[in-house]
Amino acid sequence: MSVLLPIWFFSERDLFETQRLRLMLFFFPLLSIQQMQFMLLFSRQGKLRLQKWYVPLSDKEKKKITRELVQTVLARKPKMCSFLEWRDLKIVYKRYASLYFCCAIEDQDNELITLEIIHRYVELLDKYFGSVCELDIIFNFEKAYFILDEFLLGGEVQETSKKNVLKAIEQADLLQESQNEDWGGLSEDIL
Amino acid sequence: MKPLETIEVLQTTFFSQRMPAPIRLRELIRTIRTARTQAEEREMIQKECAAIRSSFREEDNTYRCRNVAKLLYMHMLGYPAHFGQLECLKLIASQKFTDKRIGYLGAMLLLDERQDVHLLMTNCIKNDLNHSTQYVQGLALCTLGCMGSSEMCRDLAGEVEKLLKTSNSYLRKKAALCAVHVIRKVPELMEMFLPATKNLLNEKNHGVLHTSVVLLTEMCERSPDMLAHFRKLVPQLVRILKNLIMSGYSPEHDVSGISDPFLQVRILRLLRILGRNDDDSSEAMNDILAQVATNTETSKNVGNAILYETVLTIMDIKSESGLRVLAINILGRFLLNNDKNIRYVALTSLLKTVQTDHNAVQRHRSTIVDCLKDLDVSIKRRAMELSFALVNGNNVRGMMKELLYFLDSCEPEFKADCASGIFLAAEKYAPSKRWHIDTIMRVLTTAGSYVRDDAVPNLIQLITNSVEMHAYTVQRLYKAILGDYSQQPLVQVASWCIGEYGDLLVSGQCEEEEPIQVTEDEVLDILESILISNMSASVTRGYALTAIMKLSTRFTCTVNRIKKVVSIYGSSIDVELQQRAVEYNALFKKYDHMRPALLERMPVMEKVTTNGPAEIVQTNGETETSVLETKPPPSGLQPANQANDLLDLLGESDITPVIPTAPTIKPASAGGELLDLLGDLNLTGSPVSAPAPQIAQPPFLLDGLTSQPLFNDIAAGIPSITAYNKNGLKIDFTFERSNTNPSVTVITIQASNSTELDMTDFVFQAAVPKTFQLQLLSPSSSVIPAFNSGTITQVIKVLNPQKSCTWSLVLKASMPRSPFGFAGKEHWYRKLDGKEEENGLSPGQFVAAVMGTVYVVPLVMLVFCPLEQLGFVVCLW
Repeated sequence: MSVLLPIWFFSERDLFETQRLRLMLFFFPLLSIQQMQFMLLFSRQGKLRLQKWYVPLSDKEKKKITRELVQTVLARKPKMCSFLEWRDLKIVYKRYASLYFCCAIEDQDNELITLEIIHRYVELLDKYFGSVCELDIIFNFEKAYFILDEFLLGGEVQETSKKNVLKAIEQADLLQESQNEDWGGLSEDIL
Repeated sequence: MKPLETIEVLQTTFFSQRMPAPIRLRELIRTIRTARTQAEEREMIQKECAAIRSSFREEDNTYRCRNVAKLLYMHMLGYPAHFGQLECLKLIASQKFTDKRIGYLGAMLLLDERQDVHLLMTNCIKNDLNHSTQYVQGLALCTLGCMGSSEMCRDLAGEVEKLLKTSNSYLRKKAALCAVHVIRKVPELMEMFLPATKNLLNEKNHGVLHTSVVLLTEMCERSPDMLAHFRKLVPQLVRILKNLIMSGYSPEHDVSGISDPFLQVRILRLLRILGRNDDDSSEAMNDILAQVATNTETSKNVGNAILYETVLTIMDIKSESGLRVLAINILGRFLLNNDKNIRYVALTSLLKTVQTDHNAVQRHRSTIVDCLKDLDVSIKRRAMELSFALVNGNNVRGMMKELLYFLDSCEPEFKADCASGIFLAAEKYAPSKRWHIDTIMRVLTTAGSYVRDDAVPNLIQLITNSVEMHAYTVQRLYKAILGDYSQQPLVQVASWCIGEYGDLLVSGQCEEEEPIQVTEDEVLDILESILISNMSASVTRGYALTAIMKLSTRFTCTVNRIKKVVSIYGSSIDVELQQRAVEYNALFKKYDHMRPALLERMPVMEKVTTNGPAEIVQTNGETETSVLETKPPPSGLQPANQANDLLDLLGESDITPVIPTAPTIKPASAGGELLDLLGDLNLTGSPVSAPAPQIAQPPFLLDGLTSQPLFNDIAAGIPSITAYNKNGLKIDFTFERSNTNPSVTVITIQASNSTELDMTDFVFQAAVPKTFQLQLLSPSSSVIPAFNSGTITQVIKVLNPQKSCTWSLVLKASMPRSPFGFAGKEHWYRKLDGKEEENGLSPGQFVAAVMGTVYVVPLVMLVFCPLEQLGFVVCLW
């Protein structure tokens, strides 16, 4: 009897699972044990303020994911928990003043420590800008990226000491300024 | 300095004569933010983009980084910025740090893996990895670790490995994470980093320590060899963790009183992987896990994050039982926490452990059930899943009460899952049939529209099998649909039951409940209003019409009314409904003598297994749609659209028969010669004349059915079969794999006739799913000579492009003018309910059980032959 595996042997659930898997493969070609898939910062009005992708996706996919996620997160009530199952990922988000910080992690990951990672990033921004607000991040978005890149690399925390991250950023900034002077003094801010 | 400045000014003036300096980044942001409408913003951006483009064309090196930065801002707003990709590369190649910083940032944002520019980038990154300034090296490492493609990783792995061995901790930590990325992209490069891992854990710097643990985790997860190799690190990891907990306050790594939670979590996770399935390692980490579990401060989120990771590790390794109880109790405490996040995490992890530590989780049942009332959907979903996992024979009544209440009050998104869960749990643990049916009825009435389609046949089977509950069930269902036909699955089940047990309903035999007084006309009224109602789906109407038809043998004084209804729908615009009605009408007119036998009550159906084949049984007597819905794809690998193809195929309306080329009329003798030629072939095959009973088919189907299981023999191809052998007509199928192309299967059909009359107008048709290609060669003749004096042969070639695929082929042969007196030109299938085989049918009509549905097929054969691999053929008559 075991030889006979009629086509109705496979339940509908299997079909569903297969579709899900295909969908997942479509969106996330890199199925790995990765800490973080991407991080998004967006405002209460749904405006994107920062995006960092640790998985290779096309621009179109990124936009689609961003749009969907912003909508879903903004629709949630403030009293709800910070976690959200979305597609095959877990979304961890937290609101700080007018900004939502939103990370996508894998099913196996620790949601609570991801909240700490978000918080640490906010602290770093705060220290760097001096009581940071949304406008700081809008006007100095490149700095926000630089800080993030000193804190996380490839979706993993690279430095657990706040002091070290800030020190690295400050020194890199100094290097930038000194070079600008050397190269003919286009004042302090070439940008 | 003075003269230099003058030159600079001169240069700037020279520039501005050609083109004014582009506006600053912050200026642009400010301007864009003043835009009041989307259109205004778009206009500004377009203008700026034009300026940036022309500046790029001018090869303006001074302001390139400013322009790219502006482009990045526009990109974030959602505007296209791909034309800046090459400029990013130019910036990276520049000597200025600002340029490099912006260039790498732009590369990470604008380029994705698939870009060709990556090749150009590899060189730049390689140079920068060997740069004298660590910040430049850092930028290169960061970019590689963020978006390096596999080619890039291959080319640069050596550089990364070198940096992993430096003493500079700033570079070392970045190199470690870069190595993680390289391994993720190109796992075979893993061994390259093995020597460098030797001293990683001796490092004092927490950044390096953390990233090293990440690297070790990645290697262990990817390779069993590495895992075995690194097990020796357990004592060292335990020591590091112990130092973290025991050491006093260190301002640098402290988070709310806890020393470096990021590192602690990472070490715990690595311990989990190392201790999994390994007694010695697990033993070595028991103590430290107990220490972390008891000593961690839990008033803040950080502490709970560590506890959570500890619990996961305890549950995953071979830990002592006392430790496991401690872990579950931590989760129990989490459940009572005020913080929703902690509660969510607790539910998630309890769900993971419920299989292994069922009783320990069971103790927290009431708390878990309370979480069903939570306002947060994430928590609700988890609580629902966990509740279902906790249902057992002892608590089924109580739990179901809670879950039914939940089903009533929850958001629509939960209803389908919840209903399915209740059905499953009720089937598994029902204390009594009455309770089971009541529970199902509750689900159908509270969330009828959300019930998944496959539930309907399952329910019908359940009801059929509970013989003593028939009267009760039909009465409950009748009452449930009185005046409300909106919940389709409910109406479908109810229609089916009323059709099947209408006599019990009218005679008021219900013992369980006060019987209701219903007349035959009232019952028909309700079924007719289902037919008319525009809320009814086409499938539901089919159910209702069949029910009405069945009542024609169960009711005594309303047969004329039924005839009238049936004939009215003979002109329905709904093809499915019309066909049914026409067929039923024919049953009234031409085959009235067979009607009682055809419409007999369904027998009790045995459920063979809970999963697969039983579903065939259940779908007996159902409308086609339900058959299709319950019929899953042949394997998990099949894409859904192929399933649809077959479904389409099986639906009569969608069959795309390949019209065979005109048969070449040959004299009978030619046919005879052919027979002689093929005679040997036939003998060398393995024809089985008396077909064996089909497995996994209900007994009542077997009576008149022949079935032919054929077994796996991939190398030898599919053995030949006698597809049909009755009433003098014998049809053999021989299968061959094409020599030139193994994905082509050649099927040779041979038909012979042992009666005393020639069979004329023999037409053979075949249909295949759309992914297949079918070639029907001309048959040797359209007349099968009598007395076995010749055969018709016809060759079918089927190309199955996906070799592993096991799709079925539907073959259809028809003989409009057969000696059996059946002379309908149309091919028509009919579905009827149940067991009535060909007893009472005129010769030449057979019942084919196809996918569990019984079709009455006038001289139409349905043969399902999986063409590849699985190698079984079911032909049922």
